[in-house]
Amino acid sequence: MKYDKVVTTTAWSPGPGCHGGCGVKLFVRDDKVVRVEGDENHPFSQGRACPRLLALTQYMYHPERITHPLKRVGPRGSGEFVRISWDEALDTIEARLREIKDDYGPESVLFCQGTGRDIGGPISFLAYSYGSPNWIQLGLAGHSCYTPRLGAMMATQGDYAVLDAAQFSPQRYDDPEYRVPEVIVIWAQNPAPGCPDGFFGHWIVDCMKRGSKLIVIDPRWTWFSAKAEMFLQIRPGTDGALALAMINVIISEKLYDEKFVSEWTVGLDELRERAAEYTPRRVAEITWIPEADIIAAARMYAKAKPAAIHWGVPVDKSPEGTTVAQAINHLWCLTGNLDVPGGNVIARPAYGVTTYPFSTQEMHALYGEDFVNRLNEKRIGAKEYAMVRNFRGWAQPDVAVEQMISGEPYPIKACWIQTSNVLGGQAADTRLHHEALKKMDFVVVADLFHNPTTMAVADIVLPVASLAEKESFRSWWAPLQVITPAVQVGECRSDWEINFELAKRFNPELGKRFPTLKDLFDDRLKPTGMSYDELRDAGGWMMPPENSASRPYRRHERGLLRPDGKPGFRTPSGKIEFASQSYAQWGLDPLPYFSEPPESEVRTPELLAKYPLVMVSGRRSSVFFHSEHRNIPWLRECDPDPIVEIHPSVAKANGIEDGAWVTIENDRGAIRRKAKVTPIVHPRIVSVPHGWWLPETEGREPNLFGIWDVNCNVLVPMGTQSKSGYGGGAYKTTLVRVRAAEGRGE
Amino acid sequence: MEKQGLLIDYEFCTGCHSCEVACKQEHEYPAGKWGIKVNEFTQQISEKRMEITYLPFPTDLCNLCHQRTSHGELPACVKHCQAACMTFGNITDLVASMVKKPKMVLFSPK
Ligand code: SF4
Ligand code: SF4
Repeated sequence: MKYDKVVTTTAWSPGPGCHGGCGVKLFVRDDKVVRVEGDENHPFSQGRACPRLLALTQYMYHPERITHPLKRVGPRGSGEFVRISWDEALDTIEARLREIKDDYGPESVLFCQGTGRDIGGPISFLAYSYGSPNWIQLGLAGHSCYTPRLGAMMATQGDYAVLDAAQFSPQRYDDPEYRVPEVIVIWAQNPAPGCPDGFFGHWIVDCMKRGSKLIVIDPRWTWFSAKAEMFLQIRPGTDGALALAMINVIISEKLYDEKFVSEWTVGLDELRERAAEYTPRRVAEITWIPEADIIAAARMYAKAKPAAIHWGVPVDKSPEGTTVAQAINHLWCLTGNLDVPGGNVIARPAYGVTTYPFSTQEMHALYGEDFVNRLNEKRIGAKEYAMVRNFRGWAQPDVAVEQMISGEPYPIKACWIQTSNVLGGQAADTRLHHEALKKMDFVVVADLFHNPTTMAVADIVLPVASLAEKESFRSWWAPLQVITPAVQVGECRSDWEINFELAKRFNPELGKRFPTLKDLFDDRLKPTGMSYDELRDAGGWMMPPENSASRPYRRHERGLLRPDGKPGFRTPSGKIEFASQSYAQWGLDPLPYFSEPPESEVRTPELLAKYPLVMVSGRRSSVFFHSEHRNIPWLRECDPDPIVEIHPSVAKANGIEDGAWVTIENDRGAIRRKAKVTPIVHPRIVSVPHGWWLPETEGREPNLFGIWDVNCNVLVPMGTQSKSGYGGGAYKTTLVRVRAAEGRGE
Repeated sequence: MEKQGLLIDYEFCTGCHSCEVACKQEHEYPAGKWGIKVNEFTQQISEKRMEITYLPFPTDLCNLCHQRTSHGELPACVKHCQAACMTFGNITDLVASMVKKPKMVLFSPK
C-alpha cells in the first residue's frame, strides 16, 4: 500500500481513551488516516499498541462522529440539534457565559472533565481565564481517582512514586543501572486491560519475563493473580487494614530497612504504635484474607530487594482513601524501596514541564500562588475539606452536586463539560446528576459522539479532534513528547484550540502574551531549552536529563528534590513522614487508620441481610476506555455485552444461568446485566463493569441510550467522601442483590 | 522458501485483543471476520489455584501477513502484541525456541 506520509506522534486521546504515552505511526493517504501502527522506535511502548489505538480509523471516521458544532433546537432530551458555524457557537457561548458571570459571578459555572486526554491543561486554563474556581470531575464520588493517592504521597514523601520499569531511561530494561523488581505487589489493579496513570500495563509482563514474582491483592482473580506467587483475595474496601497489618509485621519482625529508616524518615515509633492495633489475626477477620497469608505476604515483600508496589484506583475508592494510600506508601518507605532501581521511583514530569497540573506546586507555577489561593474563597468544598483546600485545585464533586440542586451557598447556573460523559460514565447516583444537570440554564458539551450526556442536557455541542488531528504535548512522568496532527476531520478542533480561543475572549491579556497556541506550548516547554517545533523535529520525545530532578535514582541523597538543594525530601521535616505533619496541619489524623465501607457486613448488617452481595464496579476491558468505544465495531465485538460476573455458587442459589439476564438492585434502583457465571469472582461479590450505555438504542429521553437499564452507577451513592474530601467513593463497596430478570434486557 | 509460522508463548498472553484488531486493520476485515481469535480458558484447580489461560489461534484467513513480511516487516499481530509473546519466523527456528521453554504453541498456517 502506498502512503502520502507517515506521521509519528503520541497517543493521548481522543481515540484510544487512556492516559497515554505510546508512540504511534499514522499512515496518511489522500488526507485520510488509513492505518495506525505502534512506533517501534518509541521507548514507552516499543512498537506495541492496544486494540483501541489499532481501531482508531473506525473511531475517527465513524459515521456518527460529530464533525461540526451543533445547537439544540428542540426541548432538552429531544435529540433535535442543528448544525451551526464555529463563530456562532463561540459567540453564543461567550455571550451566555458573560451574562451568567455578570448576574451570578464566574463561580456559578462548573468546568467539568472526565479522565484521559490532555484535558486537565486546557480546561483549567479556560476555567481560570473565565474566573471560575470550579474545575471539577463532576460526578466522581469523593473525587476518587488518583488525586487521593497523589495527595497522600505528596504529604508523606513530598513527591510521587511509581513502579520502576526503567521508564525514565531511553535504554529501558538494558540500562546498566536498572534492576528488575524481585517482587511486584499488584495492589488493586489488573494492569493488562487497564490504562494505569502514565504507565503501560504490560511493563509488568516485561518484568515477569525478566524474573519478577507477584503478590496480587484483589477481590477477583485476574490473569496476574492466576500467575502470582501469592494471591490475597480481599474484601472490597479493606485495603487500609491489610496495609496496616503488613506494616505491623514488617516493623515487629524488624524486616524494615533500618539504615534507610533511621537516615531518611521520622515517625517510626508513632507508626509502630498505630500498626500494633492491626494484628494479622484481627485484620484476617476484616479482610477475609487468612492470617498466615497476610504474614507471608508482608515477609515476602519486605525480604525482596528490590521490591515495588503497583497500585490501582480502588485504593482511592476505599473508605478514607487518602489514609489507605498513605499506609501503602509507608510500605515502600519502610523497606527502603523508594527511588532505587526496581523499587518505587520518584516520578516528576520530565524537565519539570507541566501541561496537566498534577500538584499544588505546578498550579502555583502556572497561575501564581496568590491567584490559586484566591480561588479557594469560592472553590466548592475548599472550606469544608482541608485537603481539597490545600492540594491541587479540584472542586469537590459530592458537595458540588448538592449545591447544583440547593443553590447554596451560591447558585450554579452552567456547566462546561469536556471529555466527560457524566451520565453514562463517572457520575455515581446517576439520577441525582441527571436532576442536577437538568436544572442548569446553560450546558456546553465538547465531545466526539453523542452520548447520554449530550442527549439529556447539551445546549451546544462542540466537535473535538481525535489524537490524529491535534497539536499538543504530553508531560506525564516520561518521556516528554509532542502530539502532532496528521489530518483534519470535518470542522473538529482540539480541546486546546477550543479552550485557548475562548480563554482569550474572556481574558484579552492572554492574547498579548500568547498570540498563538504554539506560543503557549513554547512557554510551557521553556525548561527544555527547546521550542515545540524543535522538540518535534528532534524526534518528538525526550527523556529527563541525567542528574536532574526528573531522572532517577536516589535523588534525596543528591539534594535534587528540595527547593533549597539540601539532601532529603520536600516535606515539612525534610524527611519521609510516617506521621504526616501536613495531615496534622489539615486537621486530619497524621497516621493511617482503617475505616469500614459505608455499606458493609460490619457497618450495616441489616442492609446486608437484604442485599448480601458487594458490587465491585470498574473491572477494566482492553477494548473500552471507561464509557467510550461501545460504538466501535472492532472493539465492541470483543466484549459485546454489559455483563455481571457471578460466582457459580451464587448463580445456583439464585437460579441464574450463564448468559441469562439478571436484575441487580438495591434501595437506589435496579439495573439489568447478562450473567457471566465464573469462579474468578469471590462468592460474596459481583463484578459489574462500569461505563455501559447502548449506543445502538434510542438516544432521546427517556431512554438515553439505555443508561437506566444498564449503568451500574445508578446503584452507587454520592456523599461517602473521606474526611480529607478526597477518596471514598463507594464504587467498589455498594451492597446489592441479584435475581433472574423477567424478559430480556436487550 | 522454508515454511514459516507463528510461535505463541501462551504463558504470557494476557488476552488483550491487540492481535485480533491488528489483523482486522491490516486486512480490512469488517467486524465478524477474524484472521486470528483469542480463546479463554478458566478453571478453578483448587481453592488456592485458578487457571486463566488465553491462546490466540490464526484462522483460515491468516496469510502470515505475507504482504508485510515479504519486505521485512513483522506480521501485524506480532508487532502489536502487548505481551510481546508472539514470534514469526522459519518453522525450524521456532521449533528450536520451543525446545527451550514450556507453554508454547506453534502454528503453521497454510
Ligand atoms: S500473521 Fe497477519 S494474517 Fe495472520 S493472524 Fe497475524 S495479523 Fe492476521
Ligand atoms: S496481542 Fe498478544 S497478549 Fe494480546 S491477546 Fe493477542 S497474543 Fe495475547
